Amino acid sequence: MQILQYLINGISIGSVYAIIALGYTMVYGIAKMLNFAHGDVIMVGAYISFCVTNYLGLPSFVSVLAAVAVCTVLGIVIEGLAYKPLRGTPSLAVLITAIGVSYFLQNAAQLIWSSSPKNFTSVVTMDPIVLMDGKLVITGEVLLTVAACIVVMVGLTLFTSKTRTGKAMRAVSEDRDAAQLMGINVNRTISTTFAIGSALAAVAGVLLCSTVPTLMPTTGSMPGIRAFTAAVFGGIGSIPGAMLGGILLGIIETFSKAYLSTQFSDAIVFSVLIIILLVKPAGLLGKQIQEKV
Amino acid sequence: MKTMLKNKNTRTNLLTYLVVIVAFVVMQVLNSQGMLGSSMKGYLVPICVYISLAVSLNLLVGVCGELSLGHAGFMGIGAFSGIVIAALLKDTIANDALRLVCAMFGGGILAGFVGFVIGVPVLRLRGDYLAIVTLAFGEIMKNIVGNTYAGIDDTGFHMAVSTSKMKLEAGGKYIINGPLGATGVEKLASFTMGFLLVLFTLFVVLNLINSKEGRAIKAVRDNRIAAESVGINVTAFRMKAFVVSAFLAGMAGALFGLNYSSITATKFNFNTSINILVFVVLGGMGNILGSVISATLLYVLPEALRSLEDYRMILYAVVLIVVMLCTWSPKVKEVLSVVTDKASRIFKRKEAGTNE
Amino acid sequence: MKKFVALLLACLMVAAMFAGCGASEPEETQAAANNSGETQAAAADGSAPAIKIGLTGPLTGGTSEYGLAVRGGMEIAVAEINAKGGLQIDFKAEDDEADGSDKAVSAYNTLKDWGMQIFAGAVTTGSSLAIAAEAANDQIFMLTPSASAVDVAMTGSNIYQMCFTDPNQGASAAELMSQKWPDATIGVIYDSSDAYSSGIVDGFLTKAEELGLNVAVDDAAFTADNKSDLSTQVTQCKDAGCDLVFLPFYYTEASQVLTYANTVGYAPTFFGCDGMDGILNVEGFDASLAEGLVLMTPFDANATDDATVSFVTQFKENNDGKVPNQFAADGYDVIYALYNACVAAGIDGNTPAEEACAMLQEQFATMTFDGLTGKSMTWDENGMISKAPAAVVVTDGVYVPMD
Repeated sequence: MQILQYLINGISIGSVYAIIALGYTMVYGIAKMLNFAHGDVIMVGAYISFCVTNYLGLPSFVSVLAAVAVCTVLGIVIEGLAYKPLRGTPSLAVLITAIGVSYFLQNAAQLIWSSSPKNFTSVVTMDPIVLMDGKLVITGEVLLTVAACIVVMVGLTLFTSKTRTGKAMRAVSEDRDAAQLMGINVNRTISTTFAIGSALAAVAGVLLCSTVPTLMPTTGSMPGIRAFTAAVFGGIGSIPGAMLGGILLGIIETFSKAYLSTQFSDAIVFSVLIIILLVKPAGLLGKQIQEKV
Repeated sequence: MKTMLKNKNTRTNLLTYLVVIVAFVVMQVLNSQGMLGSSMKGYLVPICVYISLAVSLNLLVGVCGELSLGHAGFMGIGAFSGIVIAALLKDTIANDALRLVCAMFGGGILAGFVGFVIGVPVLRLRGDYLAIVTLAFGEIMKNIVGNTYAGIDDTGFHMAVSTSKMKLEAGGKYIINGPLGATGVEKLASFTMGFLLVLFTLFVVLNLINSKEGRAIKAVRDNRIAAESVGINVTAFRMKAFVVSAFLAGMAGALFGLNYSSITATKFNFNTSINILVFVVLGGMGNILGSVISATLLYVLPEALRSLEDYRMILYAVVLIVVMLCTWSPKVKEVLSVVTDKASRIFKRKEAGTNE
Repeated sequence: MKKFVALLLACLMVAAMFAGCGASEPEETQAAANNSGETQAAAADGSAPAIKIGLTGPLTGGTSEYGLAVRGGMEIAVAEINAKGGLQIDFKAEDDEADGSDKAVSAYNTLKDWGMQIFAGAVTTGSSLAIAAEAANDQIFMLTPSASAVDVAMTGSNIYQMCFTDPNQGASAAELMSQKWPDATIGVIYDSSDAYSSGIVDGFLTKAEELGLNVAVDDAAFTADNKSDLSTQVTQCKDAGCDLVFLPFYYTEASQVLTYANTVGYAPTFFGCDGMDGILNVEGFDASLAEGLVLMTPFDANATDDATVSFVTQFKENNDGKVPNQFAADGYDVIYALYNACVAAGIDGNTPAEEACAMLQEQFATMTFDGLTGKSMTWDENGMISKAPAAVVVTDGVYVPMD
């Protein structure tokens, strides 16, 4: 039964990685940039939710909405000020700007909310499901995060395949110049992508902190990198890939801690990642794009 | 046209050496006059280290066009192996400078070797996948080194991955002590050695860039398929650049490690890799002198902002964003055309136009 | 040609920068000299100039919580001392970002350029190790509030500690457990990437073996990179049937363990170290989760003695109502210990750092100090502190001393 509990633990943290990875992969797939500030937008979302619940005393669903609203605006502002002027430059330049934004958000958060950790109150009020005389416990957070992941995954897939904006996004992702020639407003499409990505980040922030209650200005950075890894793992740019990659990463991490070595679990996780990328160079569900000559 | 281009390359290279030498002489003179404060003196060696790191990463990122996010991992391998080598050779080689050189080459060779071993499978990947694999490598290194125990006693050198397996005889001394890192390191580094390292790095990298191989490497960056079709062995060249870059990073790491009495594996984390990448990108991809300058300026910047106390890191972030926008934004780019690769190509075309 | 001109300009810029830095440095030193001159002038009413005490600690970044707490505690002590009249203290804190090499040494060098006579840092073990060698070399007296590794104090004869060393604390924990819970099945969760946590575990396991304690889980480690998920480690202890879980790490992670254990209905006795102090004051933390938690802390913010009450009141006033933890209290004690020693030895702003160092070493060898974190504290010849370990139990949301 032990193994089942570890599996649940793995899915628990993995689904958190997955929902962060969905935001990463969305932005990467369309804007073709690694948005290293994504993890910090998550942190901001969690802080907003914390403040609305604890200082204004509003119910948790209001706090989630507030976090989504603030992060969406934040995402648009960041995109407009820091990324838009660099449209068309090599992706490395935007990557460095994203790192600058990440430093900025972390330090701003420290000045606003101080560096003392805050304990996030879970948005889930459901009692955990206890099976087999307490040998197997499934928390409400796991169920909510997995459900949220599936909803977001299906939602994003439908959005990109059915709606006009979604189709425009796919066109921009395939070939930016051609999309522009077809009358698609590339700039607006990319801004919309960031807005959606940031809204997802807010949801991810709330779910991350519901699972892992410690909230600090650096809360987003490590899960952010893990989720980025997960996104690549699943095939970056692929929406179901992000979900699969996140959950698998969580399970591998938990199992390596439980059965191999806790000290070397980071090394094990990343070694597995390298091996999988060597076997499938575009990630689990990524498309192997044939280069055109 | 061809000879002119060659001259220009030589001129740029000479200028790079000149800048470094002049800077060294100026600092030495200021130092001998006692005009440098403790903090300024303290910056000298790390600046040299970061210049070498930035230049070697530029070889990979700027010249080869391969994004690496694990450069600090190679630096870490160099640092820890350099420290171990310096400690082991303590009784064999009395001369500190010689021992330092041995440690640096040892660290470099080990880092280069690890670079080779990783490079064989990994260099099949490209772009962001290579980036993530190098990131993973950096994390693996940090995790392993952070749990390594090494020490010497009368019976020789011992190494283990947990304290319980590590038994030193009485009088034995830990060199690397797990999460505590290397402690009680004998500080061998000096500014002169840092300067020599920078010169050596520049020599290796500039020669490689301007050689036939360098042109092949650039051809691979600009169009891999075209380069392959004219018979360039793409993988071999990428491998060469990767190993050289790792080797130089290892040397720089050894110098860094031997400049402080203690060092932990956490120093060689993702953030350090990113910082080196920032130096490279801000200095201009493929622009070696740019890397030298930006590494220096960006290393000193957060220190110079100390008077702002709690606000200094946020200001550093703002400066970073603003500088990126100023140097890369298409509008400002034309003005500062020298720093961008693309702009220089446009510029070359213009020049060719006037020549015609 | 244009490219060449631009490169030349860049070259000139670098030259100018170096020259600028080189030139500005002596000015700064001069300015510092002027400043001390002013202080001297200001203190012309017969008293000596202020003594310069410096601190380095993480003031930005992930661990800034601890650096800012120490700085807050020290600032209160400095303000109190300066208000008393007599020997004045000039205090300055620099950010070392909890780095263990170049940044820490830079922060320390900046303080040296400022004219620091006594070093009251660093906050983290990594930074302290890098700086201790410099301080030993410069013969600047160093009393660290919170760097607890044995190696720190062993670096030089002028390096002293205000906190317990890690193995020492681990051993005390093992002793306490063998007295109170001799038959318990013990599980240990720790941070293998952190020197503090691994140091305590090493000391604890050695002592536990000696005392014959039943340690069922001793390898449930996590690292700074994967600490966002501690559920596996808790599950390991739960499955091994541990009824006493030792958590030698900081309260930030401990609150995660307690929350998760509560969710899955696992309720052993949790046992923490001094890094656990502060858990009750984490904003939004449900204090009932910590009910029954045992921790070894030298400081209790709810103590009713006058010194603690006035310190806590002042700290809350300066920090938006934040309750001080033992880091702040250690910082406060460090300043008072240094102040007492300086007064006894007759050190003032005119004493060169090396002389002050020798005089302070003599004082610390013999002096006894009463502070917030303990009574009748003394230091041994290595610079390690000796004070009575104190353990408390969280009962109804407050610390109750363990008898």
